[in-house]
Amino acid sequence: MTILLSLQGVSKRFGGLQALSNVTFDLPEGQILGLIGPNGAGKTTLFNAINGVYPPEEGRIMFREKEITKARPYDHARMGMARTHQIVQPLNELSVRENVMVGACFGHEHQDLGNASKIADEVLEFVGLAPRADQLAGSLNVAQKKRLEMARALAARPYLLLLDEVLAGLNPSEIDSMVQTVLRIREQGITIIMIEHVMKAVMNVSDRILVLDYGVQIAEGSPEEIAKNEKVIEAYLGDPKLAQQLLEEE
Amino acid sequence: MKLWNRYSGLILPVLVVAALAVWPVITGKPANRESAFTILKAVALASSLNILLGYTGYVSFGHIVFYGFGGYVGIFLLTEKGWSLWTAILAGGAASGILAFLLGSAILRLRGAYFALATIGVNEAMRAFINNFELFGGPTGITLNFSVYRDFGGAAHALQTSFYIGAGLALLALLLSYIVRTSKFGLGLLAIRENEDAAEVMGVVAPRAKTWAYVLSAIIPGMVGVLFFFKNGNVEPHDAFPLHASIELLVMVMLGGQGTVLGPILGAFAYQGMRGYLVTSPIFKDIQLSVSGALLLMIVLFIPAGAIGWLRHRVPPLRRVLA
Amino acid sequence: MQQINILLASLPDGILLGFVYGLAAMGLTLIWGVMNVINLSHGPIIALGMFGTFFLFTRLNLNPYAGLIPVAIMGLLLGVLIYVIAVHRVINAPHLSSLLATFSVNMIIIGLGTAVLTTSPYNVDFSAGSFKLGSATLLGTRLIAALVAMLFTGGLYLFLYRTRPGKFIRAVANNRSAAELMGVPSTRILALSFGLGTMLAAVSGALIATFFPFNILSGGSYELKSFVIGVLGGLGNPIGALFGGLILGMIEGIIPAFLEQSWVPVIEFGLFVLILLVRPSGLFGAKK
Repeated sequence: MTILLSLQGVSKRFGGLQALSNVTFDLPEGQILGLIGPNGAGKTTLFNAINGVYPPEEGRIMFREKEITKARPYDHARMGMARTHQIVQPLNELSVRENVMVGACFGHEHQDLGNASKIADEVLEFVGLAPRADQLAGSLNVAQKKRLEMARALAARPYLLLLDEVLAGLNPSEIDSMVQTVLRIREQGITIIMIEHVMKAVMNVSDRILVLDYGVQIAEGSPEEIAKNEKVIEAYLGDPKLAQQLLEEE
Repeated sequence: MKLWNRYSGLILPVLVVAALAVWPVITGKPANRESAFTILKAVALASSLNILLGYTGYVSFGHIVFYGFGGYVGIFLLTEKGWSLWTAILAGGAASGILAFLLGSAILRLRGAYFALATIGVNEAMRAFINNFELFGGPTGITLNFSVYRDFGGAAHALQTSFYIGAGLALLALLLSYIVRTSKFGLGLLAIRENEDAAEVMGVVAPRAKTWAYVLSAIIPGMVGVLFFFKNGNVEPHDAFPLHASIELLVMVMLGGQGTVLGPILGAFAYQGMRGYLVTSPIFKDIQLSVSGALLLMIVLFIPAGAIGWLRHRVPPLRRVLA
Repeated sequence: MQQINILLASLPDGILLGFVYGLAAMGLTLIWGVMNVINLSHGPIIALGMFGTFFLFTRLNLNPYAGLIPVAIMGLLLGVLIYVIAVHRVINAPHLSSLLATFSVNMIIIGLGTAVLTTSPYNVDFSAGSFKLGSATLLGTRLIAALVAMLFTGGLYLFLYRTRPGKFIRAVANNRSAAELMGVPSTRILALSFGLGTMLAAVSGALIATFFPFNILSGGSYELKSFVIGVLGGLGNPIGALFGGLILGMIEGIIPAFLEQSWVPVIEFGLFVLILLVRPSGLFGAKK
């Protein structure tokens, strides 16, 4: 079992706020790691630290056995890391296909335009956006924009995919189809970290779960272990609805 | 058919520039040649600016600095060092490219209006500096020795040759614009324009791409500067770095449609044509600036995507031809 | 020794001018702070302020300082008009739109101004005496101009911090959408802010007209100086602009003692670009 990504003691402050403290974990290749925690727990900040948007002040991040702690986001992308954004960031005035081609051209495979266009069409087919390939990205609805984020990330053919709340705002049938998509991505051998609030989904698809609360990693383990973990339940008591969802899993 | 698909976006721009180059030859009037030269110069400058403004999304209010700086370097080499016009033009382009590379590494870190302000500052600082720079003749600038025209068979022939070089540079500018627009590098620039942070997350090395875009947008203006001041017979700080000319270039790009190959060409055509009409019209000639201003305001307020952008949005099948 | 003499003669003058520059820049930076618009019609409005003083003085025999009041009112109204016609539609558009919109206003004013007033120099033939300060001779008009500039700065400060519309302006500058949710009439406040910005520009022009000859194009160099000052003091920080103005005035007073006068703009604009790069929030750190 090779370790794809390894975090050691990662900490990040924003002014007086300790956004992340001493986060440490190893992520083996081919797994899905679920990242959960109450709102404001630092999940997206952890993504931003991992992919170089806000490099951490302390700790080390290793990706494919290279240190990437202080590298820029494009360095991460070129080494084979891709992500989606919680708040979608489409390139509005470019077509859907061109958006996806950017992912293929500038990811770690450095495809040329011709290949990128083919990959874009494949990936758009895969996420179900093929009929909209020639539309401007700005004209998509939110659910479609989430799929576009996913398509862009996949077109890079990354080793590691960071998914930030791809299920939020989707209706139950859309959630089911997105979960199927995530599982099929894993079948392609891509390692995934996913931030998710939809507990049922994240408990079902994840091999392991990591729980953050106020930037502190309060638990890590299999979904079954997490569901029984007292600290986790306690952390979620501030958010009874989520605690309820969590308990329903048992 | 495949070739047509591949190069269809290039056809209209090339036709426009070719028509401009041929028009004075057919009509045989020197006055037409001067008008055509003015438009070709505007085409070359606006198309170059479009690489930075239209493709990369960085608003430069001082782009004329590359025209002035390149022009000065070229004319200096031509008169003081005895270089030929050709090598002087190449050297002017190279000098502007290097200046853009050095500047770009610093000021392209600034975004939005801060970048725009910095470009104004750079232009004004350069103008003031050249004004004090004795090697370039200080406030009086450099005047060409009449003998340089002799190699071309006299001043009249030199003007004729300048016109053809001008047409060549305009063609070069639009080819460059087209190549950038349809390349992988260009796709990276478009991604930066739309959302620089997202582009970086997808692997676009934005600092490097922006700097090269800046360099590419600076080279041809530098060459045009050398040619223009050669034709003009002298260069002085006031003519080399006019801030309002930078803004006129922005207007041309905006008028035709930023981010398209054809847009800046049509914009240059329309703007110079309108100016030509207004300056000579008995009704408008005194207030031509105000009329231009009012028209610009209308465009900014009501069709901000420019003519080509507007057409592309309204008539999607035209998108391929109107690249 | 000779340098010190030149310095003593030119520095006080530079400082007095600095206050007036600061006032002009305050108008620019107020507009930037409230609505993130760089007003490229700033220069022509300064020039209109100059002509305001000229016509009130030559046609109505109005003392230039009494004339400040009508000039200020006209400046305010003109700004509101410009906002409504040219700026409001592009207030949320990309920067290029608002830059070009205000530049088109610049072209309209300069075009009409050139047609009506030509570009030959005008001069307000007014003197408020002069007096000696050590070896330096100071013009009364410059001293009064500096005092008026300080008065307007104080007035602006009181307006922004003590009155209801002033507090609204600060609220809109801070967070427009939040201010709107709280019931601040943001369109009216934006128009008022733009008007205040142009009012300050017009008043600074009116003051400059009392000691320099001018024409319709003269505002341009003060507009450029306002950019430099705005960046020195922190764009969006009106009070910082006064300090920025003083720094620029001192630079203009000090440099001639060591270098040719013509090096002044090289240093000013070099400094401008440098500060943008190193401290875009200004020397005194602006809001945010």
